[in-house]
Amino acid sequence: MSAAPFDGELVIDVEGLTKSFGGRKVVDNVDMQVAKGEIYGFLGPNGSGKTTTIRMLCGLLTPDAGHGTCLVYDILTESPRIKLETGYMTQRFSLYEDLSIRENLDFVARIYELPSRREAVDATIEKLNLKGRADQLAGSLSGGWKQRLALASCIMHQPKLLLLDEPTAGVDPKARREFWDEIHELAAGGLTVLVSTHYMDEAERCHKICYLAYGRLLARGTAEEVIAQSGLATWTVSGPSQRRIGQLARELSGKQGVDMVAPFGATLHVSGLDPASLESAIAPWRGEAELSWRRDEPTLEDVFILMMKQAPDNFT
Amino acid sequence: MMGDRFNFHRLTALIAKEFIQMRRDRLTFAMMLGVPIMQLILFGYAINADPKHLATAVYAQDHSVFTRSFLIALENSDYFEITAHPETREEADALLAQGDAQFVIEIPANFSRDLLRSEHPQILVDADATDPAATGNAISAINLLAGSVLDRDLVGPVAKLRQGEAPFSLVVHRRYNSENHTQYNIVPGIIGVILTMTMVMFTALAMTREIERGTMENLLTMPARPLEVMMGKIIPYIMIGYIQTALVLLAARFLFDVPMVGSLVLLSVVLLIFVAANLAVGFTFSTLARNQLQAVQMAVFFFLPSILLSGFMFPFRGMPVWAQWLGEILPLTHFLRIIRGILLKGNGATDIQADTGAIILFFFAATVVAMNRYRRTLD
Repeated sequence: MSAAPFDGELVIDVEGLTKSFGGRKVVDNVDMQVAKGEIYGFLGPNGSGKTTTIRMLCGLLTPDAGHGTCLVYDILTESPRIKLETGYMTQRFSLYEDLSIRENLDFVARIYELPSRREAVDATIEKLNLKGRADQLAGSLSGGWKQRLALASCIMHQPKLLLLDEPTAGVDPKARREFWDEIHELAAGGLTVLVSTHYMDEAERCHKICYLAYGRLLARGTAEEVIAQSGLATWTVSGPSQRRIGQLARELSGKQGVDMVAPFGATLHVSGLDPASLESAIAPWRGEAELSWRRDEPTLEDVFILMMKQAPDNFT
Repeated sequence: MMGDRFNFHRLTALIAKEFIQMRRDRLTFAMMLGVPIMQLILFGYAINADPKHLATAVYAQDHSVFTRSFLIALENSDYFEITAHPETREEADALLAQGDAQFVIEIPANFSRDLLRSEHPQILVDADATDPAATGNAISAINLLAGSVLDRDLVGPVAKLRQGEAPFSLVVHRRYNSENHTQYNIVPGIIGVILTMTMVMFTALAMTREIERGTMENLLTMPARPLEVMMGKIIPYIMIGYIQTALVLLAARFLFDVPMVGSLVLLSVVLLIFVAANLAVGFTFSTLARNQLQAVQMAVFFFLPSILLSGFMFPFRGMPVWAQWLGEILPLTHFLRIIRGILLKGNGATDIQADTGAIILFFFAATVVAMNRYRRTLD
């Protein structure tokens, strides 16, 4: 992915964001810089503090420590200004299910005091291709349509920053693809997008990504940079049968130099942080005729799973 | 097929699960056990269907040993407590109209002279009969008194007055509700009760519903201010409140023939204040409740004392003083006095200002709490 063409200008610039709930640090000293027009992927396991960080950025939560700006406004003191210029799509569908599509959009348009409200609502419905169904209740829409409606409603006031909290959870692949095409179109127009996700293919469609585990930021950069930084070496091995591969997985795991063994269908990804000791660890099996070994690029998923394993878990 | 039969183990699993969930929801659990006990004690001691020590104003134009004996006997009956001594008839009527006195006893000038001349003078008893339950027993008691109260004073040369007809007679006027219609009291009261119930519950639910369905998060990310959100929630229900009132008033007029002596314009002004006070309570509950069930419980918690301690179901003056003070806090108590005063007594703005003031105070207190509790962030 090439970087965004709007160099220099930082839309999000925060340092040391920290938030605790009931004595537990959910977000711990997180720094984040996002440039204008960038699609910034926010990755991490469940409960890693992604939603909390997003909420602190737009003033829904007050950080315990840390400071910074979002769209040139101070996140601690100017959250009303941030709200006006930010679109926030919540993880859970949060439009009114007992209002129709048109009524929901009209409500949002009125809250943001859009000057030509009717036109804005009509244009949005047209763009969504929902012209014939505008009077249908939002609650009766399928997951994919709800997501498109939610996105449309949070860009109606033409925000400069879009915060998307797991926007594609529970949405089918085709709808996801279309969603991402639209995100790229918006970013090309200068909108900055921060999107949290669990999907690796989505992470690879971001300009930059960062990885958060147990409240701490473990990596950031482009997908290639994150993989390169990890120093991970990976071998892919395929075998004669599922059974043999399963057996091999058990034999290899825990061996000195092997940090991770993960089955992928009929193949096995064997990874280690030290390429030399990984190589000597797998040596006894490399001669086996039925197995074919291939040195491979680690995937983003390999890197993240390893990071997650290594991160100290402060919840246990 | 074993699986199709009623299975005791499955039933116990379901019961156990229900108890675990009940215990998890601490507030609901506390409300299920604590509130009933609290209210049992509260109402058990507070409610009394045979009110005594009723405020009585004595307008005496004659001061003699007979008058004094009569008044002492009155107080000894326990039903009457002399709280005022108005100097003029107008003053006495005002006490009755504003509800400061339940009874006015007028002892005419020359009462003793006429008594001694065997002219059988009359003592006039004006009762505020808007609530027949509050005055009924007291009126029976006073009628019994008349025959025997002066026996001890009528000795010597005037002992003959004890024979035959009672030496004086009592004329009881049931003011505002001469025929003792209970519905004159109940029907206007119902407006207050319905408004309390619906206003508090609707607002409490309206807000928690936003939180439960997740739409609150969206509302918070948008630039709406807390005061706007609160007013946006409240104003539609104010309109509903007016429609409810109009319906009950129509029914009161045409089904129950309740008199409407006073100004309906004045009533609708006070109604606004009363409805706003209840909505502020509902809004406060919605900021405290974590789910809709809790919101409903809180509304009921507020509603019960409102009907039981306000003078709607049981005479207000029948309650012990501490319970009366509790009742004085509730907006319904004051609204009942106002609406009965306006409809039945024809009270004007000056007669109801104290009660209106009390509701306004309550409204401001509830609003301050609600605004402080409203979560602008999700912290």
